[in-house]
Amino acid sequence: MSSAARAAGTGGADAAAEAARSAGPPAQIHVPSGGARGELRAIRIVWWRELIRFSRDRLRIITSLVQPFLFLFILGTGLSTLSAHGHFRISLRTLFYPGVLCMAVMFTAMFSAASIVWDREFGFLREMMVAPVKRASLVLGKCLGGATVAAFQGLIVIAIAGLVGVPYEPLMLLEIFGLQLLVAFSITAFGVMAAARITQMQSFMAVTQMAIMPMFFISGALFPVSGLPSWLTVLNRIDPLTYAVDPMRRIVFAHLKLGGAERLAFAGGVTWWGYRVPTLLEAGVVAALGLVMLGVAIAEFSRVD
Amino acid sequence: MRDAEESGRRRADGSAPAALAQEDQAAEEIAAYAVYVRKLVKRYGDLEAVAGIDFEVARGELFGFLGPNGAGKSTTINMLCTLVRPSSGVAYVAGHDVARERDAVRRQIGLVFQDQTLDGYLTAEQNLRLHAELYGMPRSTIAPRIAEVMSMMGLHERRRSLVNTFSGGMRRRLEIARGLLHSPRVLFLDEPTIGLDPQTRSSIWSYIRLLKAGADITIFLTTHYMDEAEHCGRIAIMDQGRIVALDTPDVLKASVGKDRVQIRTEDDAAAAAALRERFGIESSEAEGMLTFGVAEGEQFVPRLFAELGVPIRSVSVSRPSLDDVFMSYTGRTIRDSEASGTDQLRQMATMWRRR
Repeated sequence: MSSAARAAGTGGADAAAEAARSAGPPAQIHVPSGGARGELRAIRIVWWRELIRFSRDRLRIITSLVQPFLFLFILGTGLSTLSAHGHFRISLRTLFYPGVLCMAVMFTAMFSAASIVWDREFGFLREMMVAPVKRASLVLGKCLGGATVAAFQGLIVIAIAGLVGVPYEPLMLLEIFGLQLLVAFSITAFGVMAAARITQMQSFMAVTQMAIMPMFFISGALFPVSGLPSWLTVLNRIDPLTYAVDPMRRIVFAHLKLGGAERLAFAGGVTWWGYRVPTLLEAGVVAALGLVMLGVAIAEFSRVD
Repeated sequence: MRDAEESGRRRADGSAPAALAQEDQAAEEIAAYAVYVRKLVKRYGDLEAVAGIDFEVARGELFGFLGPNGAGKSTTINMLCTLVRPSSGVAYVAGHDVARERDAVRRQIGLVFQDQTLDGYLTAEQNLRLHAELYGMPRSTIAPRIAEVMSMMGLHERRRSLVNTFSGGMRRRLEIARGLLHSPRVLFLDEPTIGLDPQTRSSIWSYIRLLKAGADITIFLTTHYMDEAEHCGRIAIMDQGRIVALDTPDVLKASVGKDRVQIRTEDDAAAAAALRERFGIESSEAEGMLTFGVAEGEQFVPRLFAELGVPIRSVSVSRPSLDDVFMSYTGRTIRDSEASGTDQLRQMATMWRRR
C-alpha cells in the first residue's frame, strides 16, 4: 500500500467521522424474512453476478471459442481431403457442426462451474453460504448463470452456420438454441456437483477434463453413430452427451438437402435395441440427468459440519 | 417460527406449567443478551476445538475474544454465525438458536471474516448490491443504505472501482461496510486487522469505534493482538478450546497484580543479591536488565534508589499488559502458543476445506 493511499485511508476516517456526526446514527433497516420472493431475488442476483463476471472477462469469451473453431475448420477441412474420395457430397465441416454446437457450450458451462472452486479459494463462497437464503437458490442461480453465459457462447457458433453450409432457418436456429441452453444447464449442474467435493482448482480441472473429453469423443460429435462396432455402440448409448449431440444433429440435418443414402449414413441416429429414440425423449434424458445432478449439488452444498 | 418450535418441544416434553413459566423466563433472559452460550462444544474427530465454553454478551457491548491461533476462536465464531454445527451445548444470537433457527440468526448478524470474501471482479457497489439482494433488503432502502455505509467507511469516491484495485485496508473497510449493510444487531469481526500494517490497523480501529458510537449494535470480535484487545469493553481469553479468563481489560490486568519493574545497574549480580537480601524479591536477568514484579511499582522506585546500594542507571515501570495477563493464565506467551498451535490450525483448515 502506498503512503498516499495510507494518508487517504486515515484522512478518510476523519472525513467519515465528520460525516457520521452530521448525519447522526445510521438508520436501522428491518430485514424481512425471505420467503419465496427472497429466494427468487437470491437466484436472480447469483445469476446476475455470473453475467457480469463473464462480460468482464473478454479473454475468456475469445479463448473458449478457439477449440470449437479448431475442430470445425482445421480438423473438418483437413479430413475433407480424405472424404473427397468417398461417395458422399457432404462436407465434414457440416458433419461436425452439430457436435461443435454442443462443444461450444460444454466448455464454457464447465468453466462457469469451476468458478465455484475459485470462489471457495478466494473466500467469496462464504459470503454466499452465510446468507439467509436456501443453498438450493444459490446453486440454482449458479447453474442458470452458467447456462446463460454458455448459451451466449453458443450463439456465436450458431451465427457461423452459413460458413459450414447450414441454412439460417429461424425455427431450426431456435431449436438449436433451446437445446444448447439445456445442455449448458446440465453440464453446469455436473460441474457444480463436482465442485462441491473437489476443492482445488488443479484437481477440478483434471477431473472434469477426464470426464468431458471421453464423453465428447464417445458421444458421436465427430462421427455418425449408426453402424458402429458393438463395443463402441454400447459406450455410445450410455454416454449422456450422446443424447445432446444426436438431437442436435437431427435438427440440423433435417434442414439440409441430402440424398436418402447420405441421410441414412450420417443421420441414422441413436437406437435402443432397434428403437429409434425420439428427439424429445433424448432431450428429456439430458434434462433429467441435469436435474438429478442439480439435486445432488444442492444436497452437497446444504450440508453443515 | 421459533415460538411454534418451542411450543412443539414443550408439548413433546409434557412439561408442567411451573416448568413452563420457568422456561419462559429463561427465554426472556436469553433474548436480552446479544450472545448467550452454554456448554458449547465442537469436536473434529479426536480434536476438541472448542471444549465446553459458557459466556454471554450484553446488547451494545464491544466484546473481544483473545487467544493464539488455533485456540478455538474462529470455530466459536463459525458456530455463532451458523456455519458450523455445535457438537453439543447451546448458543443463542440475538435471541435465536444458532442450530435450529439458522436463517433468523443470519438475518440478525453481520460478518467480517478473517479471510477476505469479496468478489474482486465486481465493483465495490456491486458487491454491496449483491449482499443486499441476498439478504432480501427492501428495494427502496438499498441505494441510500449503500451510500450511507460507504461514506461511513470512507469509500464513497471508490464505489465504482473494481475491488481488485483496492488496498488491503480498503478491502477490509468494504467488508465491514458490507457487514453493516443490512443493519445487523450483532456484528462479528473475525481478526478484523490481521495482515494489515500498523497504520491501517489503527485506521480500522477508528472506524470500529466510530461505528460503536453511532449505532445501537453489539460488536463481537476476535484478535490475537494484545494491544487491540484493550479497545474492548470485556475480553474472554481463550486457550486450547477453553475460556481461561473473562472480564474487563482493567480487571484482568489488576488480577495479575504486580507491576513489572526493569532496571539497568552497574553490577547486575550485586543488584540481584541486594534485591533478595533487602527486599526479599527474586529477579531475573535478561538482555542486560533485571526484571521483577512488585505490587505498587511507582511507590517502590524511591525506596529502590534509596536502599539498593548498587548504582542504578535506568529504571522502567510498566503496568501489566494483556500479554502478561495471557501469560499468567496460560503460563505461555501468546507467541509461544502460536508456534505449537500451528499444526492444530492446519488440521482445522483442512477440515474446513473438505466441507
